[in-house]
Amino acid sequence: MNDINKIQKEIIEEFKNFSNQLDKYDYLIKLGKKANSINPKYKKEENTIKDCQVETWFYADLKNGKIFYYIDSKSLLTKGIISLLLRVLSGQKPEDIQNSNLYFIEKIGLKNNFSFLRANSLGKLVDRMKLETKKHGK
Amino acid sequence: MYNIKKIRNDFPALNQEVYQKPLVYFDNGATTQKPQIVIDTIKKLYSNQNSNVHRGVHYLSEQMTEKYELARKKAQKYLNARSEQEIIFTKGVTDSINLVSFSFGEKFISEGDEIIISRMEHHSNIVPWQIICQRKKAKLKIIPFNNKGELLIEEYEELINKKTKLVAIVHTSNSLGTINPVKKITKLAHKKNIPVLIDGAQAIQHERVDVQEIDCDFYAFSGHKTYGPNGIGVLYGKKKWLEKMPPYQSGGDMIEQVKFKKTTYNVLPHKFEAGTPNYIGAIGLGVALDYLENIGLDNIMNHERKLLNYGTERLAELKELKLYGTAEKKTCIFSFLLNNIHPYDLGVFLDKMGIAVRTGHHCTQPLWDYYKVEGSVRASLAFYNTFEEIDSLYQSLIKIQKIFK
Repeated sequence: MNDINKIQKEIIEEFKNFSNQLDKYDYLIKLGKKANSINPKYKKEENTIKDCQVETWFYADLKNGKIFYYIDSKSLLTKGIISLLLRVLSGQKPEDIQNSNLYFIEKIGLKNNFSFLRANSLGKLVDRMKLETKKHGK
Repeated sequence: MYNIKKIRNDFPALNQEVYQKPLVYFDNGATTQKPQIVIDTIKKLYSNQNSNVHRGVHYLSEQMTEKYELARKKAQKYLNARSEQEIIFTKGVTDSINLVSFSFGEKFISEGDEIIISRMEHHSNIVPWQIICQRKKAKLKIIPFNNKGELLIEEYEELINKKTKLVAIVHTSNSLGTINPVKKITKLAHKKNIPVLIDGAQAIQHERVDVQEIDCDFYAFSGHKTYGPNGIGVLYGKKKWLEKMPPYQSGGDMIEQVKFKKTTYNVLPHKFEAGTPNYIGAIGLGVALDYLENIGLDNIMNHERKLLNYGTERLAELKELKLYGTAEKKTCIFSFLLNNIHPYDLGVFLDKMGIAVRTGHHCTQPLWDYYKVEGSVRASLAFYNTFEEIDSLYQSLIKIQKIFK
């Protein structure tokens, strides 16, 4: 099992501890609060993820052959979900990110509960994350 | 006596649970629920009465045509229009405004002309005018509002000049609930012979609208926000304007005679109803309007006023809550932000507590630019909502505040 799938499995296990949706959201809020904010200089138009409801920013960097992602959002819930995504993908090798299959969102039972996920904003974000790996020479 | 229990029983969608909690439906500004009688009518019409209207020689077609034209009469009566020829069935307010912007714009707007709208308009009463202004090299002029969300009428008067060709204004703000003085706005425009269009999407279901009393030139509303079906709406237009305006869309039903040399157009209102109309939607809307008349608009207004007063008092108990839209005259809409919680987050948590609200800019971005926020949480109430539901919103907001602290 590669690192990406290992982390996904860990997250799925963690979410099994929650008995209801509100507890999951509570946890996401905590994650959102803990997540780092990005430097305001990166909060510019080309780094914005287009979503009707929430302003979200994104950029990526290559260090020692690995991609590091930096994402921020005005919504703590969105930030919480994104921090899970970062836990899975940030710091991984570009080819692993390219080949990854992100199934954990569905498994933790959130997919139908957020317009961010329903409206495929997350899908667009993942596409963009994968696209960044190409920009960095892979 | 206002029998709220009986009224709620007329709406099957209200009697359900979401996430094991009784549904509190506070998203009526987006769309209202449908009474059983509207649902039954649509089912019956599709089941064994369906047939295309006009021009049919057979029984079903004649029956459906009669019902469709009766729905037009109901809309005419509801608005107190002079003639049913002034009632055009459209897809909704957006479609109605696009019709006027295209058709009126084509005929009456020229380079250098001006159109007046306000800063609190829904995007559907901004973008069509921006497009016609671009096409005709005309200018859009904007009426500002104050911090309470009331239009600055003196500034409006100053905007009116000999270049003004139309005033297009929202009757009731979908984001703030402000009820604008449309009669006064119309009177001021008419002093200079300028026609006025009113977007009645959020007004028609809450108060008695009399287009002759307002004396507006156009009035638009949507069926689905008025307890009727989706995909149907009404454009009222004074005959003197509609007769001069060219057709908006073309095709069947809107013609008198088609020849390759020259095609002539049908009389009003059919000139503006190209193609097969949404006759079942229109009939459903007619039934919804009958339903509202049976409840009584005075009773509806009375109950909603009580809900507005009660909700305003309850929400004021939350010190960290900022209410947007505190106009002297407003409808039962509560637009707010709580602490520094993002409206999206607040809306998601309310949803899980069984309360349906809308979050975001509510298609009024210029309005929120004024307040320097992205948008709000909007609880928009209807005549079937209760004081207990407002309590439920209040209690849920307290719980959410604790989660985010």
